[in-house]
Amino acid sequence: MNFLLLRRLRTRANRRWVKDKMFEFLCQLSVLLAVVILISLLWSVFSTGFGRVSSQFLTSFPSRIPQNAGVKAAILGSLWVVGITAVVAIPIGVAAAVYLEEYKIRDSKLTDFIQINISNLAGVPSIVYGLLGLELFVRLAGLGRSILAGSLTMTLLILPMVIIVSQEALKAVPRTIREASYGLGATRWQTIRYQVLPSALPGIMTGIILSLSRAIGESAPLITIGAVTYISSIPEGVNDRFTVLPIQIFDWSSRPQKGFQDAAAGAIVVLLAILLVMNSLAIILRARARR
Amino acid sequence: MAISSKPGSNRPIDGVPTRLRSEKFIRFLCFACAAISILTTLGIVLVLSTEAIAFFTKSKVTPAEFFLGTEWSPTFNDPKFGIVPLVCGTALITVGACVVAVPIGILTAIFLSEYAHPTVRKIAKPVLELLAGIPTVVYGYIALVYLTPGLRTFIKELEVFNALSGSIVVGIMILPLVSSLCEDAISAVPKGLREGGYGLGSTKLEVTSKIVLPSALSGIMAAVILAMSRAVGETMAVTLAAGQTPNVTADYRQSIQTMTSYIVQISKGDTPTGSIPFLTIFAVGATLFLITMGLNIVAIKIVRKYRKVYA
Repeated sequence: MNFLLLRRLRTRANRRWVKDKMFEFLCQLSVLLAVVILISLLWSVFSTGFGRVSSQFLTSFPSRIPQNAGVKAAILGSLWVVGITAVVAIPIGVAAAVYLEEYKIRDSKLTDFIQINISNLAGVPSIVYGLLGLELFVRLAGLGRSILAGSLTMTLLILPMVIIVSQEALKAVPRTIREASYGLGATRWQTIRYQVLPSALPGIMTGIILSLSRAIGESAPLITIGAVTYISSIPEGVNDRFTVLPIQIFDWSSRPQKGFQDAAAGAIVVLLAILLVMNSLAIILRARARR
Repeated sequence: MAISSKPGSNRPIDGVPTRLRSEKFIRFLCFACAAISILTTLGIVLVLSTEAIAFFTKSKVTPAEFFLGTEWSPTFNDPKFGIVPLVCGTALITVGACVVAVPIGILTAIFLSEYAHPTVRKIAKPVLELLAGIPTVVYGYIALVYLTPGLRTFIKELEVFNALSGSIVVGIMILPLVSSLCEDAISAVPKGLREGGYGLGSTKLEVTSKIVLPSALSGIMAAVILAMSRAVGETMAVTLAAGQTPNVTADYRQSIQTMTSYIVQISKGDTPTGSIPFLTIFAVGATLFLITMGLNIVAIKIVRKYRKVYA
C-alpha cells in the first residue's frame, strides 16, 4: 500500500494533486485556528464573567470594594448616550444618504467630493473624533463633559457609517419602482417618501442597528472628552456627567485586584449580551428584507 | 375656476408650483445633512491644526525636533517632545498585528470563496461581521488578563505590559476585516478566468495562486492597507495591553506606548486645559490623523484602479 502510494507520488500529476490537497488543508487549518482562538478567548471571559452577573451586579453603583461593585450607572449612561446619538444621527444620516442617492446630479463634482469625504471620514480613528468633540462640544459650545457632548461626538463618529449603509439600502431599491411612481405623476419627494424609503427601510434599519452597536462598544472618544469612571448617581438629564459600559470595563481591567478584573469580565458579558441582541435583530431584519 | 388644493394635485398656484418650492426646501435640507460630513472633516482639520500650532508656539518646540526627537516625556520637569517613540510603538503594534492577521485573513478568504460550501459561506459572512463588532476594550481585557499571563509561561522576559500581546489581540481584532475585504476582492474575480484555468487542467491550488490571487491582488492590498490603518488608530486594546512607556525599541517583550494610548493617558489624568501637555494630545492626534488619512487615500486609490479592471 505504502509502496503504491510512493509510486503514485513520483508522477508529476500526483505531486500536483498532493500539493493541492495540502493547500486546502492549510486553508482549513487557518480557519480552524482563527475559530478556535476566538472561541477559547471568549470562553475564558465568559467563564469568569457569568459568575459575576447577578441582579446585585446590574443594580449597584461602582464601589471601592470589588464584590459590591455594579454596572447600573454604566448601563444607564450607555443607554442615554446611544439613545441621543440615535435621535440625532438617524435623521441626519438618512437625509444625507437620500441626497447622495436620490438627488444626485450626474457627474457633479460636489456630490463626488462629499462621497469621497464620507469614505475618508469612515477611516478616521475614533480617538480623533474624541479630540474634535473635546474642542467643539466640550469647550467651544460649553456643553461640558456631559451626556449631550458625548452623544454629539458619537453622532459625528457613526454618521459616515449610517450614511454609507443607508446608501447601500437605497441603491438596492429597483429603478422600476421609481419610474412607476414618476409615471403616476408623483414628484421626486413623493416618490422618495412613499415608495423608495419604505422599500429601503429594512436595509436602512439593519445598517443603523449595526452603527449603533458600534457606538455602544466605543469608548476612546468618550474618554477623550472626559467621561468619568466613578459615577454614583443615575443620570437625570443630558447635562449630567456620565460613564458608559466600555469605560467601566476599561477602568476595572486596568486595576490590579483580581476582584475588579472579575467585575470587568461580568461587565463584558453584559456588554456582549446587549450587542448580540442588537446584531441578531439586524440579521433577522436583513433576512426579512431579502425575502 | 377654483384652484384645487387637494393633496396629490399638482396644479400651480399663482404661477409657482408650491410643491416645487417645498420640494426645493426638502432637497436643501438633505443637502445640508450631507454637508455636515464636509463640516466634520473641516472641523477635524481646523481643531487639530490650530491646537497643534498652539502647541508649537507655546512650547517653542520646532517641528523638526517634534518629528525627529527620540525622547518623549512631556509631563516631566525637563520635558522632551520627540514623537518618534510613540510612532515606533504604533509601528510595532501595526506590523505585529499584520503578521498575525494578513496570512490567516487571506487563507480564510481563499477558503471561503474557493473551497467552502455555499452554506458555510452564507453563515461565515454574518459571523465575521459579528466578530468585527466586538468592542476593542474586550480585546484589551483578554490580552491583559489571559494572553499576557499565558505567554509569560513560555517567554520569561515578557513584561506585564508588552507589545507582543497587544499586537496579537489587535491582529485578532482586524482579522475579520481582512478576511471579509479579501473575500470580496477574490469573489469579484470573474468566473471565466477560473474556468479557463480549470479547462487547461490546473488544480485548484494552481488556479488560486496563479490566476485568482494575481487578479485580486489590488483588492487584497487595499484590504491590508485598510486593516493597517485600523491597527494604527486602535486605542483601547493597546492602552490596556501594551503599556504606557514611550520607548524606541523593536523588542516585542517590552512595554511601549502608542500615539493613541498617549492621548488616552493624558485625557484620563487631570491635565489642565490649555497647558502644554494638554496641547500635545492635539499634536499627536494630528500626526495620527495624517498617517491614517495617508493609508486610507492609498487604499481608496488602489480600489478605484481595481474597479476599472472589472467594471
